[in-house]
Amino acid sequence: MELQGKKVIALGERDGVPGPALAECVRRAGGEVVLTLTACYV
Amino acid sequence: MGLEDQAAVKRVAGEHGSDVVVLLGTPDAESTQTLAQTVVTGDPSYAGPLAGVPLGLPVFHVFEPEVRDQVPADVYEAQVALMEMSLDRDAILAGLREARGTAATP
Repeated sequence: MELQGKKVIALGERDGVPGPALAECVRRAGGEVVLTLTACYV
Repeated sequence: MGLEDQAAVKRVAGEHGSDVVVLLGTPDAESTQTLAQTVVTGDPSYAGPLAGVPLGLPVFHVFEPEVRDQVPADVYEAQVALMEMSLDRDAILAGLREARGTAATP
């Protein structure tokens, strides 16, 4: 899977990797982030 | 996945069609399987907007080598590496493989 040019939904989780961190990885790999979420299960 | 989040994913997937892929940052095998199922075959709890809605989106985890290798090393180090060291990556990726097998996705 090539991230370059892909539209990406970043589904992060507070106890794992948060959405904004995923989004930064996607952008720097050349992908387009179309939705960023961070789930929080307490 | 929460009901509002499911609604957002459904809307965005509908807007962008087959160009969309999902990248997960889930912390364990169970949450990885559940989220992967939700965006591929529909909400397994049948409670949210994605119940019975098989979006069929390709799903990946940020810990997968093929994803990591595309991210500049300094960015991955700053954003992901610490969590990767503290979580059970092998179990997470095994959960993802299982979900893919169940859903028969590429």
